Amino acid sequence: MAKVTVDGIEIEVANGSTVLQAAEAAGKEIPRFCYHERLSIAGNCRMCLVEIEKIPKPVASCGQPVSDGMVIKTDTEMVRKGRRGVMEFLLINHPLDCPICDQGGECDLQDEAVSYGRDYSRYDEGKRAVSQPDWGPLVKTTMTRCIHCTRCIRFSTEVAGVSELGATARGENMQVGTYIEKALSSELSANIIDLCPVGALTSKPYAFVARPWELRKTDSVDVLDAVGAAIRVDARGAEVLRILPRQNDDVNEEWLGDKSRFAVDGLKRRRLDRPWLRTGGKLRAASWEEAFAAIADRVKPVAGNRIGAIAGDLCDAESMFVLKQMMAAFGSVNIDCRQDGAALDASRREFYLFNTTIAGIEEADALLIIGSNPRHEAPVLNARIRKRWVAGGFAVGAIGPAQDLTYPADHIGYGPDSFAALQDGSHDFAKILDQAKKPMIILGAGALARPDGAAVLAAAWNLAAKSNMLNADWHGFNVLHHAGARVGGLDLGFVPGAGGLTAGQMRGGGVDVLWLLGADEIDSAAIPASTFVIYQGHHGDKGAQRADVILPGAAYTEKDGTYVNTEGRVQRGFLAVKPPGDAREDWRIIRAVSAYLGHALPYDDIGALRADLAAQYPSFGRIGEVRRLAGMDMTAPAGDPAAVSAAPFVFPLPNYYQTDPISRASPTMAACVAAHATPIAAAAE
Amino acid sequence: MLSDADRIYQNLYGQQDWRLAGARARGDWDGISDILGRGRDALIEEVKASGMRGRGGAGFPTGMKWSFMPKQSDGRPSYLVVNADESEPGTCKDRDIIRHEPHKLVEGCLIAGFSMGAHTGYIYIRGEYYNESRHLQAAIDEAYEAGLLGKNAAGSGWDFDLYVHRGAGAYICGEESALLESLEGKKGMPRMKPPFPAAMGVWGCPTTVNNVETIAGIPTILRRGPAWFSALGRPKNAGTKIFCISGHVNNPCNVEEELGIPMRDLIEKHAGGVRGGWDNLQAVIPGGASMPILTKDVCDTILMDFDSLKEARSGLGSGAVIVMDKSADVIKAIWRLAKFFKHESCGQCTPCREGTGWMMRMMERLVEGRADKAEVDLLEQVTKQVEGHTICAFGDAAAWPIQGLLRNFRPLVEQRMAEYRERTALPVAAE
Repeated sequence: MAKVTVDGIEIEVANGSTVLQAAEAAGKEIPRFCYHERLSIAGNCRMCLVEIEKIPKPVASCGQPVSDGMVIKTDTEMVRKGRRGVMEFLLINHPLDCPICDQGGECDLQDEAVSYGRDYSRYDEGKRAVSQPDWGPLVKTTMTRCIHCTRCIRFSTEVAGVSELGATARGENMQVGTYIEKALSSELSANIIDLCPVGALTSKPYAFVARPWELRKTDSVDVLDAVGAAIRVDARGAEVLRILPRQNDDVNEEWLGDKSRFAVDGLKRRRLDRPWLRTGGKLRAASWEEAFAAIADRVKPVAGNRIGAIAGDLCDAESMFVLKQMMAAFGSVNIDCRQDGAALDASRREFYLFNTTIAGIEEADALLIIGSNPRHEAPVLNARIRKRWVAGGFAVGAIGPAQDLTYPADHIGYGPDSFAALQDGSHDFAKILDQAKKPMIILGAGALARPDGAAVLAAAWNLAAKSNMLNADWHGFNVLHHAGARVGGLDLGFVPGAGGLTAGQMRGGGVDVLWLLGADEIDSAAIPASTFVIYQGHHGDKGAQRADVILPGAAYTEKDGTYVNTEGRVQRGFLAVKPPGDAREDWRIIRAVSAYLGHALPYDDIGALRADLAAQYPSFGRIGEVRRLAGMDMTAPAGDPAAVSAAPFVFPLPNYYQTDPISRASPTMAACVAAHATPIAAAAE
Repeated sequence: MLSDADRIYQNLYGQQDWRLAGARARGDWDGISDILGRGRDALIEEVKASGMRGRGGAGFPTGMKWSFMPKQSDGRPSYLVVNADESEPGTCKDRDIIRHEPHKLVEGCLIAGFSMGAHTGYIYIRGEYYNESRHLQAAIDEAYEAGLLGKNAAGSGWDFDLYVHRGAGAYICGEESALLESLEGKKGMPRMKPPFPAAMGVWGCPTTVNNVETIAGIPTILRRGPAWFSALGRPKNAGTKIFCISGHVNNPCNVEEELGIPMRDLIEKHAGGVRGGWDNLQAVIPGGASMPILTKDVCDTILMDFDSLKEARSGLGSGAVIVMDKSADVIKAIWRLAKFFKHESCGQCTPCREGTGWMMRMMERLVEGRADKAEVDLLEQVTKQVEGHTICAFGDAAAWPIQGLLRNFRPLVEQRMAEYRERTALPVAAE
């Protein structure tokens, strides 16, 4: 620890801290543009100047390490003069276009100019202006506003691991850009919008849409992948206008994937805003009463074991919980939340959780990725793996199709047949795993959605057990899900009961009445015509297409819901706007149907429902926290590890941008697909 | 005046053979194994005792700089880097050393590398010095062939490899940390300090960056003894230095002289005097483009060494003496320097990136006189806002010439503005 004095306040800070950190610890705010806690230190904006005794010149506090006995002054004439000078320099070539700049109201430069700017300009020369390159459908550039802090460059190089941004030319001609004009290709690219301290990089879909002070801000949690990133939903009136990441160091730090951020315009398109009924082969608009009556007509005469329910990828735990109870009331155990048919074993939590936890990745020293492309399935988690790799001493091996993970990986094989060489130690990577102190496996949930899924799960578990991944203080077996609802469903047992049918069996005609709760990732055309399909959800997607009755539900921004991320972290999302039209929160719809059918569930408000949920499944009572399990019980999942086939793994998400009903309805996501399918052609010279 | 016997660079003008044979005839490489046999610490002590100060411009004591290198490696190798990116306008001393005395540099590298525990040395030479880089490479090749470099260099038991790396012509790459970045293959932009290169230099390893003239002088100092060197020059400003005299003199030249020689002697004895006589002198920039300009009164008596020039609020810099007689437009000359600095700013940090352009544009108007008096003060304030607020010393270098002009030639600047006003004033209507 070093003892330093900041403006007369004596504090102790860790050795190696910077002066800026020391000043913050003492409660002094230091203005900065280029410095960012999660990026390397550039020291180029010079706004964070402070005075340090015995150093004649002002010092950039962001890059200066503290030393014992240092006397730091953050508010002297020298400091103010220095900062004012820097501010003047930043502003001489910065356009005076705040009234038409989307950053207005949340602009660091604007804020600091209030403190350090002057009320007139002394600069009489011409201002610099540069062209506006096209960086694709997400990030809008106005590079004339750029103050060259290089945060975007450092983010894309260090965090995203896609070195496509850089500075060209020098002096006042320096420009930040992509060298050759192109669309940004990282799945985390839009985080540079948040990082940009000025209006040089703004959100293209949100351009000129709203001012920050007009927005109603709701803290929530992202469900478009299984990471459960903390988000803030910004809405005006009945419309969600944008989604921004919030800080959660355990999960997403402060990053957010592009899909989770920009699929938001899909919430306004292809919405189911009223019940529909299929009569004479055609869907027609109906009232709730008609829809309920139609359901009652078909369900009442059917035996319980001929009724089934499949829950989709975006469902909240509450609606799955109520649906499960209603099914039980019908006498059915045909329920399944694994619509892709993944052989996830719900018998023990360890078998389907990301046991190491996301933050725990940083402790690991070797990683084997099996049948997963974390870059697409969980871009924020992939950034965490990259962060660990950047720190050094971290070997990564991969089994599955060759891929660019943004960090190098030792490609071991294409299918589960490569397990053998690791199990018997004949492959070099087996030695790396054996020598590692905290090795981990990431098994993609997609690798289980195949005929030998159960065998793959058991074989991967055995590999983990053999490679010292399961012990008292380390659990290195991880399943990486890509559906936000999956772990919640498994946690509350939304899987077939004794003798119950799986999703595949229900789809294949095993039931007469099939309730699809937001289940859209299924081949609905394969459902036999004789099956009566009730679709409850928010988008007119694949499930609704086949439905006989459509019950309009609420999207994740339109309801209070509980979600469990891939680590098993229970998190709450909150209602930001009301569901459109006649649509209702999903658990209420099921509650109403149950009453209509004479099996009224005992929940009148969400409080009672949640209390019961937590009583039956205690993990739902621990909001926000994750208990890291010890890998003490080595018993493997039920599958036969020897039954693995040689078929290569196939990634479940071939197209990162369109994976669920919301992102499929989003024009922005469609534009991303178009941008990356056909790169902007270079002009012929 | 320095006697010929005391000159380190006996072949500064290239009249003799520059290759190994010629260099050996002049005494280079003589007794090299004995010198190295004195041991690392003794060599550093001798360099310290000689009073050698870095010849690149900052004048930091060389022996002390070497002593910052770790005595015991923590597993990382140490590196010697020689700064041959001589880009300071008016400076051309390293060029002649490399052209005509390359073996002094190569030998110096071996000694310096040995003294700081480096097995590898890099000479970063500016890209425009193509022919010079060939000479240097040829000298290194000769040294390898003669067993003076490589494994067991010169029979000392010390392995030392030396590489030439050509830059691509950016002035900023002469700044030591930008040079290291460039050497690593990155964009040449200065690094934040600390950490200093001796702790984290090239590839994150302990590194010392020295100027060509510093390193090339070391073998002779060690051969003739530190006392010989420190007896030359003035106290704390020991030894000889190559001055590059250019501009309005009758005989522009490079010349090795004692530090502390009066500027007037330097110009009159070696450069054939100012064009039109000493009284025709208007101003001198004493230490390369970034040092403040001096008026004739100061030049009459000033001594050419680090401390005397610093007292006169200028600096010895790289030793490039730029002489301007009364025909010169000093305002335009300084504008040209401002333009140079605007062009060469790396663009990394704010004050320099934005300030150099602003200063150049204001200077542009001062050349014409198209400005008012308040703007002269504004310009001075802008230079103060740049100076001392940047990552590297480039900001200072860009600010000082203008500060020197405004300090020493303000009447001229104001006269120019008055003339402009007169010239452009609208005729007053007769009443």
